[in-house]
Amino acid sequence: MAAPFDLNDDSVVVIIGTGAGGGVLANELAQKGVSVVALEAGGRHLPEDFINDEWESFGQLAWLDPRTTSGDWRVAKDFSGLPAWIVKSVGGTTQHWAGASLRFQEHEWKAATTYGNVQGASLLDWPIDAAEMDPWYTKAEDKLGVTRTGDRPGLPGNNNYKVFEAGAKALGYKEVHTGRMAINSDENRDRAMCQQTGFCFQGCKWGAKWSAGYVDIPQGEATGNLEVRSQAHVARILHDDTGKVTGVEYFDADGNLQMQKARVVCVAGNSFESPRLLLNSASSMFPDGLANSSGQVGRNYMRHMTGSVYAVFDKPVRFWRGTTMAGIIQDEARHDPSRGFVGGYELETLALGLPFMAAFLDPGAWGREFTSALDEYENMAGMWIVGEDMPQETNRVTLNHDVKDQYGLPVANVHFDDHPNDIAMRNHAYKQGAAVYDAVGATRTFPTPPYPSTHNLGTNRMSENARDGVVNKWGQTHDIANLFISDGSQFTTGAAENPTLTIVALAIRQADHLASELSKGNI
Amino acid sequence: MTQTTGPKGLSRRQLLSRATAAGASFVVGTGFMAAKDAAWAMETSALKPETFATLVQMARDIYPHDKVGDEYYVVAVKGYDTPEAAGGIEAGIAALNAAAQGKGHASYLDAAWERDRVDILRGMEDSAFFQQIRGGLVTGLYNQKAVWPIFGYEGSSFEFGGYIDRGFNDINWL
Repeated sequence: MAAPFDLNDDSVVVIIGTGAGGGVLANELAQKGVSVVALEAGGRHLPEDFINDEWESFGQLAWLDPRTTSGDWRVAKDFSGLPAWIVKSVGGTTQHWAGASLRFQEHEWKAATTYGNVQGASLLDWPIDAAEMDPWYTKAEDKLGVTRTGDRPGLPGNNNYKVFEAGAKALGYKEVHTGRMAINSDENRDRAMCQQTGFCFQGCKWGAKWSAGYVDIPQGEATGNLEVRSQAHVARILHDDTGKVTGVEYFDADGNLQMQKARVVCVAGNSFESPRLLLNSASSMFPDGLANSSGQVGRNYMRHMTGSVYAVFDKPVRFWRGTTMAGIIQDEARHDPSRGFVGGYELETLALGLPFMAAFLDPGAWGREFTSALDEYENMAGMWIVGEDMPQETNRVTLNHDVKDQYGLPVANVHFDDHPNDIAMRNHAYKQGAAVYDAVGATRTFPTPPYPSTHNLGTNRMSENARDGVVNKWGQTHDIANLFISDGSQFTTGAAENPTLTIVALAIRQADHLASELSKGNI
Repeated sequence: MTQTTGPKGLSRRQLLSRATAAGASFVVGTGFMAAKDAAWAMETSALKPETFATLVQMARDIYPHDKVGDEYYVVAVKGYDTPEAAGGIEAGIAALNAAAQGKGHASYLDAAWERDRVDILRGMEDSAFFQQIRGGLVTGLYNQKAVWPIFGYEGSSFEFGGYIDRGFNDINWL
């Protein structure tokens, strides 16, 4: 039967969320002839709809349903109701992402083995490794059109990159380039070439950046095997007496509760909404929530060790011009405990417009120390720090029964405390980042605190043993054979790299496995 | 097709307010033409004129930019000149003046040096009133498109074809 599918059609795979995980999985399954209903809480926004204006775009795309926060992380103080900067739209956060597409380093698949015992950390090896993932990474790079992979050239460096590169080389860094980016660098591709517009975070109006929203979803729909229902907010996953899931309840665009039957349910709502949905689906048979016999649902929330370094020079940089994040220093990504921490970090170019710089440079600050920095906005350069943070059992997403969303459902509370390793790594990165800019004559540098998180990972982690996590090496929940997790929440550990390429590679791999199991009648 | 809110979606005002968390309280209209002589804009409808003048000075003292004219600070706080907001603002400014008097000034505006006014503000920076004004200014001041050129920020670039031919890599001093 071709899309659209009937609510009572129990042969379909239901995918919840259409971002890097769900959007790719939906297309890949549809290409293989599997019938898919994808439920997306957000609406459709295509390149022509995107807005080159930070706050307006934020209002258009960001996930702004209420959430609460706790813990010692500064985000809980600065942005207590907004722990994440992620997207509610068909395509999810791939509409907003910067495009940085990096593979994990080999040792990062085996963090527990490599790093040894780190007090307070719940490190675990992934049940998969670099060799297993290599072909899937290649498929992901080809799908996304990642520069500096295959035959795709790198992007040209913008002003912000030139400052960054000059400082890096003066410091003796060797692995410095304009990044491996899912942004077209030449004319000979399906998508337009990057026009150096800036506003990568606001959605690429040229469609030069890969997004599941305008690449994978239309491809999947063209097969006739995929139906996307936008503005469909899933409230609960249903199951039968045998413990298998049978469908989902969701609020449709008019706010009416609907029920879609399903043969398989794949959850890809990001590391807040995915565990929240499993917990909100608690029943008499599963009083602690679905797939939670281990008690691990919601635990080990990771957000990457992040921060930024901005610098002011005595001459103009105009760092907002051009590709936002096409610049990377990889020398610090290695695991080298002599620096005082395990794991490593990447340094990547970053620019904010004046409105967001005012909001994020030093949240809550006022007076001339703050405004004299903004006075030099035109002379600023900037970089973002992204490194591996330590999983901790107590960093977790739980239900806050005191706060309800617009559908009356308990919201996610996000608790996060920095691990001492995260703090040591951040301080090292602040120092190195400032040194990069000092090497080319910065007159002032700013160690800027983390923003609301875009890299939200863990909370349904992948584990060899069912007691240690929520899903197996295919993203299939240990407890329920026809319930899968398909987003970054399945990450066992976070590695130092921007996570999208790995989420996409895992989704392509999961689609292959799932289609095979379905055709064999195993699920 | 553009759908920006759910069936029971929030208004834009609520969105921005939630977005800044600390409390952006209104969005500045884009139609405002800044006047060199801002006197007309200082006319008030709900607030006492001296209250509004004090509020504008307070706004400048929180985010002082010597190259940004008063008219932009006026726009940034003009949204408080409403019957709904006036009560809280009058009370807040009264508390500000009382704090000024506690430090030996006749009023906040009577403290002639910025350092003296900042000292008064430091004493009340944890108050809800101060945080309301400061939080609102983050968007009220810096999200005014008319302010951006003063800082060199060029805003939207798509309609100009991006910067591929307009200087994305034109830095010449490295």
